[in-house]
Amino acid sequence: MKTETRREQFEPPSIIGTLLRWLHIDIPLFIALLLASFISFVILYSAGGQQMDVLLRQAVRISLAFSLMILLAHINPRQFKRYSALLFGIGIALLLAVLIMGQIGKGAQRWLDIGFFRFQPSEMIKITTPMMMAWYLAEHSLPPKWRHILIAGTLILIPTLLIAKQPDLGTALLVASSGAAVLFFAGLSWRFLFSIAALLAGLAPIIWHLMFDYQKARVLTFLNPEADPMGRGYHIIQSKIAIGSGGIYGKGWLGSTQSELDFLPESSTDFIFAVFAEEFGLLGCLGLLVLYLLIIGRCLYIAAQAQDTYSRLLAGSLAFTFFVYVFVNIGMVMGVLPVVGVPLPLISYGGTSIVTLLAGFGILMSIHTHKKFLPS
Amino acid sequence: MPKIYTIKDSILENRLFINRIVIAFIIIMLLSAGLVARLVYLQIVGHEHYATLAKDNSIKIKPLVPIRGMIFDRNGKVLAENTPSYNLEIIPEQVEDLDNCLARLKKLLDISDEKIDLFRKQRKREKSFASIPLIISMNDEEIAKFAVARPYFPGVDIQVQLVRHYPYADLASHVVGYVGRINENELKSLPEAEYQGSSHIGKIGIEGSYETELHGKTGYAEVETNAQARAINTVRTNEPTPGANLYLSLDIELQKTAYDALDIYNGAVVALDIKTGGVLVFASRPGFDPNPFVVGISNKAYQALQASENQPLYNRALRGLYPPGSTIKPFIGLAGLEYGATTFQHRLFCPGYYQLPNVAHRYRDWKKWGHGTVNLNDAITESCDVYFYSLALTLGIDNLKSFLQQFGFGEKSGIDLVGEKSGLLPSREWKKAQRNQGWYPGETIITGIGQGYFQVTPLQLARATATLANRGEIVTPFLVNKIAKSSAMEPGPEVHQGAIPLKSENIEDIMTAMINVVHSERGTAKAVGRGINYHIGGKTGTAQVFNIKQDAKYNENQIEFKLRDHALFIAFAPAEDPKIAVAVIAENGGHGGSVAAPIAAKVIKQFLGNYKHED
Repeated sequence: MKTETRREQFEPPSIIGTLLRWLHIDIPLFIALLLASFISFVILYSAGGQQMDVLLRQAVRISLAFSLMILLAHINPRQFKRYSALLFGIGIALLLAVLIMGQIGKGAQRWLDIGFFRFQPSEMIKITTPMMMAWYLAEHSLPPKWRHILIAGTLILIPTLLIAKQPDLGTALLVASSGAAVLFFAGLSWRFLFSIAALLAGLAPIIWHLMFDYQKARVLTFLNPEADPMGRGYHIIQSKIAIGSGGIYGKGWLGSTQSELDFLPESSTDFIFAVFAEEFGLLGCLGLLVLYLLIIGRCLYIAAQAQDTYSRLLAGSLAFTFFVYVFVNIGMVMGVLPVVGVPLPLISYGGTSIVTLLAGFGILMSIHTHKKFLPS
Repeated sequence: MPKIYTIKDSILENRLFINRIVIAFIIIMLLSAGLVARLVYLQIVGHEHYATLAKDNSIKIKPLVPIRGMIFDRNGKVLAENTPSYNLEIIPEQVEDLDNCLARLKKLLDISDEKIDLFRKQRKREKSFASIPLIISMNDEEIAKFAVARPYFPGVDIQVQLVRHYPYADLASHVVGYVGRINENELKSLPEAEYQGSSHIGKIGIEGSYETELHGKTGYAEVETNAQARAINTVRTNEPTPGANLYLSLDIELQKTAYDALDIYNGAVVALDIKTGGVLVFASRPGFDPNPFVVGISNKAYQALQASENQPLYNRALRGLYPPGSTIKPFIGLAGLEYGATTFQHRLFCPGYYQLPNVAHRYRDWKKWGHGTVNLNDAITESCDVYFYSLALTLGIDNLKSFLQQFGFGEKSGIDLVGEKSGLLPSREWKKAQRNQGWYPGETIITGIGQGYFQVTPLQLARATATLANRGEIVTPFLVNKIAKSSAMEPGPEVHQGAIPLKSENIEDIMTAMINVVHSERGTAKAVGRGINYHIGGKTGTAQVFNIKQDAKYNENQIEFKLRDHALFIAFAPAEDPKIAVAVIAENGGHGGSVAAPIAAKVIKQFLGNYKHED
């Protein structure tokens, strides 16, 4: 690889090549992300009732997200490492602020309204948590010692609990898994992993007790959706109908009856996969899954190629968290996981999630394109 | 805190990390395989199940109601049609302030509170986007008023609906019948798919008998609906097949003549086209206006119809049971000739009464002093009772019964109307079965003049007359001449029931005697035979009223009227080549010759008058 890169440098520089190098873009990842965005537009047009303004807003968000990605790709990973702790601290502070404002206001509060823009600190923490973890663990020798694991665990727990309290179970789950992924890539011993798993199983009743009623309801519904077909089970039943009725080839673009006729709730956001599955069938779903796996594979490749521990851990975590995103969303839409509010990454309409995701890819590109070339 | 520098083993770390990447990739692939397995389960294994559910979710079947076939008379005059009715309907969801809107409409169109309450009740049952009627069948003034104010009433509009209309109202009510709202009992027995969306069904008359043909075939639209059941678009339609138009053999103008001729009398006139069996006139007076039944007759109006002593809802032509009286005499005479119980020239002295040997009871003739010496021709022409007392006794009840049965007495004619009565042709077996009594000779005697147990419907009488005039070729009456399906005309029911084996000289003799009833100086209906250039064969009859309702309160005059005998007349014309057979019953008309015969003559004259024009 390294020699290849060197050889490139001796070739007469093409305009495109120069531009790409200057942009610090990873071409395979970039193309895959563009493809995913294109799919997002295609399916949103159908799921969102063929309204152009939905597409327009999504286009604005995606442009913003791509800009941020390119911007972050420019920044040397060393800078990320340097500011990891600071950014994490700011993230925690903002979470606390949201929580306090939520107390003042009523009900769930996830946003900070900063005039023109509603900012979700929990989205930022999705990136800053693995950054913080990677920074902390990279400071020490790997595999991590018990002491470091304990501190790292606490560092994961703080944002996770703060977000779960909002309450936003889906994001809390993603944040926790992004932190845990860092620990995993850092070489956390299997013994420890299994004990954690056992501990969680033991804690399940306590967690159940601590959960909000609507969260409990979601879990119950997940366990037996048919028990409440008109109420809480409705989402899952309707989304299963949408997916199942798609069959192998699907009903074709704009052919989803389930979303078109409002049977499928949240069809543009969390349940967009059901619309996709209904319109494009099993073949379309496999294609989408392959695209996701290509993105993840590329990210893992970037992680494997990374030159320092911080970059490796961060890249590995971002890659794995992206998969968790995909898995949790598709799993819940297909009725194999409880309904937690996790959007289908890169495809679902909305929010800050796409910005955060592309920011993560920006960091990955930065890691990949800022390698120091060792003399041969 | 002093900073501790740990020495990092980068080669070990690197190996460990790569190891973990590989493990992570394996985990990801395994979990992805799990997702794929689930996808396969849902989209291949469960596809059919979920596809059905999705279809059930979104596709609703909306019936498309066919347009009901129209009914015409033989000359193409419309007897039943579908006319637009204008309803004021409101779509609640499109109205901002419904209460205010209703108040303004009430003020504008003077709507009764009852209607508004009905609207509110119906609204609760319907979806908010359904159009709910407030006023059914608006009059011109209401339409005009609303048309001007319409821009101020968003969500309120006039909707057109087809409503069955009978232009001849009471004139043909018993033949044409009417449609009414489907009631609960009918709902149970109706084919559900065919009547989805249909609100009305033919109740009686042709409307009832030909319900299947008139109704047509319900089509349907597969309408895609959303989760709120609002129709989004139509996926597929299966157009309804409109009901067939029916062309009756009935001549409504002739019917009008007959109906008007009955005038003050309750009764019935049935006229048949002898050549075909087509019913030309099927009048039952009084009739009723069937139009209110279509939109839903008020309970009060219905009670009034039911309680009326004239029984307008009673189809006398089809269901009215009357003793045939003397109109039976030509048939008895024919039986006598056929069985050799008498000859046309055989003479008998009529002293004004008839006595069985060794019995004191006298069977009276209507002519107190008797007809003197009469043969069969005289007996029919003058309607001598004594001759037929004697003849009936000679024939015996068994012969009488089997002979008369051939003319359709005592059984349904098979006309294409439901609810026909079969009348009663008394016999030894009947009496045994019904009363467990033996048959007495006296009963045979009075059967000879069409009294006693004997009961016929006007339709039967007309049919028997037609069969006689057709020289024994049995005439089967029918109303529907042609059924016009969308593609082709289908002929109505045509039944050939064969012929009664009769000697032609016998039938000519009887027909001659019947011509004499109208055209000879001594005929009982000679008044109607004057001034026509063809011959009418007929027979008068008078039926004793023994069936007066005793519970009703009548004043003195009415008692007298109600106790008067029914006047009957049967006729065929032109006698040389009979084309039309008529039976008339004028309840309490008194005398067949003076009351019933002129009615029949009017019908015959008009029919044959038209007939000549056609030729």
